[in-house]
Amino acid sequence: MQIVVCIKQVPDTTEVKIDPVKNTLIRDGVPSIVNPFDEYAVEAAVRIKEQFGAKVTVLSMGPPQAESALRKCLAMGADEAVLVSDRAVAGADTLATSYTLAKAIEKIGKPDIIFCGKMAIDGDTAQVGPGIAEHLGLPQATYVQKIREVSTHRLLVERVSDSGYELVSIPLPCVLTVDKAIGEPRYPSVKGSINASRAKINVWTAADIDAPPEKTGLNGSCTQVMRIFTPKIEKHNEMLCADSDEALCDLLLAKLQEAKIV
Amino acid sequence: MSVKIIAENCTGCGICLEKCPCGAIEIVDNIAKLKDNCTSCGACARACPTKAIEVTRKPKKSAVKLEDYKGVWVFIEQHQGKIHTVALELLSEGRKLADALQVELAGVLLGDDVEHLAKDCFAYGADKVYLIEGPVFKHYRTDSYTNAIVEVINKYKPEILLFGATNNGRDFASRIAVRINTGLTADCTELSIDPETKLLQQTRPAFGGNVMATILCPRHRPQMATVRPRVMKLCEPDYSRTGEIIRINSSVKEEDIAAKILEIVESASKTVNLQDADIIVSGGRGIGGPQHYHLIMELAEALGGVAGASRAAVDAGWVPQYRQVGQTGKTVAPKLYIACGISGAIQHLAGMQGSEIIVAINTDPEAPIFKVANYGIVGDLHKIVPLLTKKVKELKAQKANNKVAASV
Repeated sequence: MQIVVCIKQVPDTTEVKIDPVKNTLIRDGVPSIVNPFDEYAVEAAVRIKEQFGAKVTVLSMGPPQAESALRKCLAMGADEAVLVSDRAVAGADTLATSYTLAKAIEKIGKPDIIFCGKMAIDGDTAQVGPGIAEHLGLPQATYVQKIREVSTHRLLVERVSDSGYELVSIPLPCVLTVDKAIGEPRYPSVKGSINASRAKINVWTAADIDAPPEKTGLNGSCTQVMRIFTPKIEKHNEMLCADSDEALCDLLLAKLQEAKIV
Repeated sequence: MSVKIIAENCTGCGICLEKCPCGAIEIVDNIAKLKDNCTSCGACARACPTKAIEVTRKPKKSAVKLEDYKGVWVFIEQHQGKIHTVALELLSEGRKLADALQVELAGVLLGDDVEHLAKDCFAYGADKVYLIEGPVFKHYRTDSYTNAIVEVINKYKPEILLFGATNNGRDFASRIAVRINTGLTADCTELSIDPETKLLQQTRPAFGGNVMATILCPRHRPQMATVRPRVMKLCEPDYSRTGEIIRINSSVKEEDIAAKILEIVESASKTVNLQDADIIVSGGRGIGGPQHYHLIMELAEALGGVAGASRAAVDAGWVPQYRQVGQTGKTVAPKLYIACGISGAIQHLAGMQGSEIIVAINTDPEAPIFKVANYGIVGDLHKIVPLLTKKVKELKAQKANNKVAASV
């Protein structure tokens, strides 16, 4: 079985600090991590590999630094890594990103399963997984919380719905986006990490994957950022002070009653 | 569209570095240099005091005739014959957009035997409902819903199409956008029409909610956007309004559907509905351990709300993931949000900033949560929260007594 896992390197938002004066992000020294949901996707792929045997290729699109994210996935048990890195693919919206990844997947081969995390924590769109599926003309199951059965032609998966889950039978090849409930990602072993640090990362350009410039990056994007601004926070901001906890609680309750909430 | 640094004008002052939302500029040899992650947004050029940055926007030809596309559409998500509230919120918002454009507002309703829901669409502002009915549409499935909606888009050509950012809305909006080759903006918090260009201005949080981005889809149609539940305000329904039902004969057949739903499992007990709650009380790392989470639950219950948690408390294994509020959990906007022992990491703030009133209780007066709080209390939640619970209960009991007294 052939599996491709699409991953994204993102800034670790839990480590981001806000400049208290300018109210802007302090970017210096913010570590980059593998998008947390994508780690769950890698975990799901590696579990299938261990149980049924599979070759797992991790795929990412991004600047050369994204290699480190791919190495982490290799350390977790993926077999090969591909990075699409090219100025021509930079600044892509989800349409152009999913196109580029789909072209890279076509070059990798004909995978049986393509895994993605349910969304990336920096963009939050959840659009790239279904976008890849559409570009490749494959069926999809999003928000998968469990893979119940794996056979050569079909998967039986649980897809999270608003009020529970749906049991879905999906033919291979297909695209799955996974939820956290699929299973905790493992910590890479020492041996895995050492091997991963020496592994070769295949770096491909847009030309390598046969992606014409008008369909990738900014050129291939239908959406356009018109402006970026810092939201004005017009908030009543008050620290409550009192001599005792008792008085503090009374003060707060008075405020909430005033606002007709309690 | 491209950004160019004019080296002879650049003084290396670094103002553009601060303004760049992507961190895509560096100063090399005292001259600004663009990195690969530049998105050509132009924020740097507007900030540059020496006019050393040039943004050129090439007008491109559209693949489609834009003027053929008219009207604002909302996908009417329904589950077992009941409309998802987010669809009504979107109709309320869509009405304003349609009025600004002086065009019609339509709902696209798919399901099996759902015609009776059209009157709700009209009450919330729709002029038309495109009705696609049949057993094949009984439950949402990616293939059937995508194929059917793409058919009506191609036939009736709306200029704007809005979806709720629910699991299902997000599942197929992206497929539709790719299939008809148009733009899709996720999780918009504000939608408006540019009075001059008539384009849809789609504003959404970017980079963890610290900055906002306004996004356009200038050359492709329809302009598509998703909006999370409870972001747009519901209008007052007017059930005297009527409209036109346009029945669509879809070509979608059961055999076209690759992924089959074998079973639908409702598990009401294992989830809490954070997104629909009016009051949420959340606990973070400051609760100190799973044995103290009951304090949070009790206050939530006393207030008639729901208990949530921060990522720190969930990652520590103290609280189940379905209670998580934040960027990787649920985005909420209740009337009252009480954050207990939550420091206020950006990833948490991004998920609750839209709340009407935010109360923060934390021992650290420097905690970032106080920046977004309407009312802050510096103190130990283990003392304050149970006291608050007791007082809320007393207050409610008193009110109930007064009512009884009044009725006697």
